[in-house]
Amino acid sequence: MTTTNTELNSIAAQEYRYGFVTDIEADVAPKGLNEDTIRWISAKKNEPQFMLDWRLKAFRHWETLVEADSTPTWANVSYPPIDYQDIIYYSAPKAKEKLESLDEVDPELLRTYEKLGIPLDEQKRLAGVAVDAIFDSVSIATTFREELSKHGIIFCSFSEALQERPDLIRKHLGSVVPYSDNFYAALNAAVFSDGSFCYIPKGVRCPLELTTYFRINTAETGQFERTLIIAEEGSYVSYLEGCSAPMRDENQLHAAVVELIAHDNAEIKYSTIQNWYPGDRDGRGGIYNFVTKRGKCQGKNSKISWTQVETGSAITWKYPSVILQGDDSIGEFYSVALTKGRQQADTGTKMIHVGRNTRSRIISKGISGGRGNNTYRGLVRVMPKADNARNFTQCDSLLIGDQCGAHTTPYVEVRNNTAHLEHEAYTSRVDEDMLFYCNQRGLSTEDAQSLIINGFCKEVFRKLPFEFAVEATRLLDLNLEGTVG
Amino acid sequence: MTSIATAGVTPFAADLDSLERDGFSQDPQWIRALRKDAMSRFNSLGFPTARRGNEEWKYTDVRPIAQAPLRLARAGEAPEPTASDIAPFLLGDGSWPRLVFIDGFFNRGLSTPLGGQEDASVLSLAGALHSRSATARESLGRLAPYASHGFTALNTAFAHEGAFVHIPDGLTLEKPAHLIFLTASREGHTVSQPRVLVVAGAGSKAAVIETYGSLTGAPYLCNAVSEVAAGPGASVEYYRIQRHSEEAYHVGTTQAALGRDARLDSFTLDLGGALVRNNLNALIDAPDGSCALNGVYLATRSQRVDNQVTIDHAKERGTSRELYKGVLSGRAKAAFHGSIIVRKDAQKVDARQEDKNLLLSDRAEANVKPAFWIYADDVKCGHGAASGRIDEGSLFYLQSRGLGEEEARNLLVQGFVNEVIDKVKRPSVRSHVAELVKARLKEL
Repeated sequence: MTTTNTELNSIAAQEYRYGFVTDIEADVAPKGLNEDTIRWISAKKNEPQFMLDWRLKAFRHWETLVEADSTPTWANVSYPPIDYQDIIYYSAPKAKEKLESLDEVDPELLRTYEKLGIPLDEQKRLAGVAVDAIFDSVSIATTFREELSKHGIIFCSFSEALQERPDLIRKHLGSVVPYSDNFYAALNAAVFSDGSFCYIPKGVRCPLELTTYFRINTAETGQFERTLIIAEEGSYVSYLEGCSAPMRDENQLHAAVVELIAHDNAEIKYSTIQNWYPGDRDGRGGIYNFVTKRGKCQGKNSKISWTQVETGSAITWKYPSVILQGDDSIGEFYSVALTKGRQQADTGTKMIHVGRNTRSRIISKGISGGRGNNTYRGLVRVMPKADNARNFTQCDSLLIGDQCGAHTTPYVEVRNNTAHLEHEAYTSRVDEDMLFYCNQRGLSTEDAQSLIINGFCKEVFRKLPFEFAVEATRLLDLNLEGTVG
Repeated sequence: MTSIATAGVTPFAADLDSLERDGFSQDPQWIRALRKDAMSRFNSLGFPTARRGNEEWKYTDVRPIAQAPLRLARAGEAPEPTASDIAPFLLGDGSWPRLVFIDGFFNRGLSTPLGGQEDASVLSLAGALHSRSATARESLGRLAPYASHGFTALNTAFAHEGAFVHIPDGLTLEKPAHLIFLTASREGHTVSQPRVLVVAGAGSKAAVIETYGSLTGAPYLCNAVSEVAAGPGASVEYYRIQRHSEEAYHVGTTQAALGRDARLDSFTLDLGGALVRNNLNALIDAPDGSCALNGVYLATRSQRVDNQVTIDHAKERGTSRELYKGVLSGRAKAAFHGSIIVRKDAQKVDARQEDKNLLLSDRAEANVKPAFWIYADDVKCGHGAASGRIDEGSLFYLQSRGLGEEEARNLLVQGFVNEVIDKVKRPSVRSHVAELVKARLKEL
């Protein structure tokens, strides 16, 4: 283990040495953040005036938050203060160093890929190795885009969308997560570099599971992504974000924003697997994943469903939420969050019931191992006009080892007496009787524990698209290695 | 984080100065030092009025208290109450040890204290500061932390009047100690600050009942702090019956600390008050401690009731049970914030917490926040919360059996709260509570 660690450390150090220094070309913004940086980013991307204006408004708002020292402190996570002037806010996709072959990749990373069963070519892409002609992701992406455009679906990068459909962006941008929403949302609005845009026209059922995987550039848009998905009346889309393989990423702070809008009878299913670098055993390094995700069930009978499997990042601060505005709309949140090592996760959801007969369901499974700390934080709010609102919440925690922490802080706010809400939570460790039973049937303790934990997460995994569910199961097993016993 | 207009601080500080020169001047040095320290804490803390980042007071805005022209109550400012004035608040057969406080001041005439040096004692705190100085000193101000709590700091700064209940090792307090705190001043905006200290020695048994109420319709603040120390193997029943007028502000903090194998049974009933906040904290600081903390709150019109209940399992094999139920009508607003903390190495803890709200009107509001903070792995912790209205199906069923709608509704509400009332350990208190609840439900 020591050898591997040393190797790993030296490679990590190497990556840093090359990371940004070699590429000071025109495509990297100067370090630091001021109005000029924002104008520079906007000009670089040839954005329409309204976009720049919005960014600047967001930036000015963010500055007031910085002055008032109002970085959010309520979450159950701790980290040293972030120096926002010590970050490069824009660097074009090319800026990342490409490795020549898989031989140069950290063997630990390769072992992980292998266990996850990721095809060789894809491994290269994930590890940042230059892909050869056969595995031309760009052309794959193009093929899919043609198929999608036949249905009138727009699926492209945010920058492209801004050039081609500024009207749609102008209408919807910030309508669910305004720039004034919170500290990181304001920062994102000011400096976001790129992201995904997706528009499903009226009555169209998207024939494919849309994934960022099909759009090669998304994976490299960096720290401040912004995603906007609009589902018109009667449409359906399933969107997958992230992938189960560890992301090679040097960035410390990720502050992304995702906005979903579902019109009458539309449905958006948004699935995430997040496995960013969690830092080393002692908690050095790792990603701060501070994300604002929110969907608005604007239309009648609309539905938004969030499913997330969070295993990576040093700190996760993320609350995918649904505003249930349309009558009879449905919001769902299914989550598995795993913390080990020194990982900290403060994650959950918000279900805001505004319309009549709105329903929401929250299933959260937290697993803590090592010295990890896992907090579920969720809000269910029933507004005065939300007659017959229903909510069911179940958030369970599993503890592995006596050094970790599992915390649950739900907020239930009811302002309508026709609402019916139920909340249940349970915390325990892996049941000894179950383990004993499995041992008795010939399963090793490690296999038994994995079986039990997978059973614990089943309700959530079932909600993932099929391939994703398989990956998620493998990912969990892999992450649990070493925490068990 | 918290702030208060300087004008709000100065009068209290000046009040303390003059009291120390006069009424408090005979007190032992240790309590004078404690008060001084607490006053300086309150001066810097003020009332917790901040709305941003103030998680502890998220659902209760205390600005009405902070902005009210409050002043300390004076002894004898209300007409002397008679036995019939206090009769509605009495409990038991008249043989119970009883301490009555009017506007925060001990009323000897209406009280029946108990106490010999060797026996269990139920005494006025002001007297016990002298006669039982050593025992009082051990716990007073030690259990209820005031360093970061404005209201507790303010109470501690004036700690003098109150009740002192002491049961030496191995003894049993035969009859429950009944402590009655009434506000009678008609001038309004008075602050009374009762202080209760219960020290239950090893293996002792005791029951303490605190009743809060009004003999006046004027607004006032009752800022109470109780400290309960249960020694190894002790068993303490602690009841709190709050029947203020709907004009009153009430902030009540109870801090209990449990020794090895100790047991605490608590029941809190909230009926009155314009703005009521209860902080009930149980620290299980030795192995095998257990507690059951239950409560019922009924609120209507524009009442605000906020219960904050924390159980801190600091040591292994603790057990805790918690059940609170609320019935809300009118534009009442209730908050329940229950925390269960299981510290590192506090293995084999078994904790269960539940809060349920019944909303009778479409303007009532319930905010519930049950939280876990768990740092040990071999534990069983669960919580549940539910909010809803009367089940239409059950209502229909009862009506189909010939009950009128009103009657059926009452029966269902009564059934809802009875689950908690049935848990009240002492029969005399249980029947008293049941009667009060029944009467109050008619007004909802």
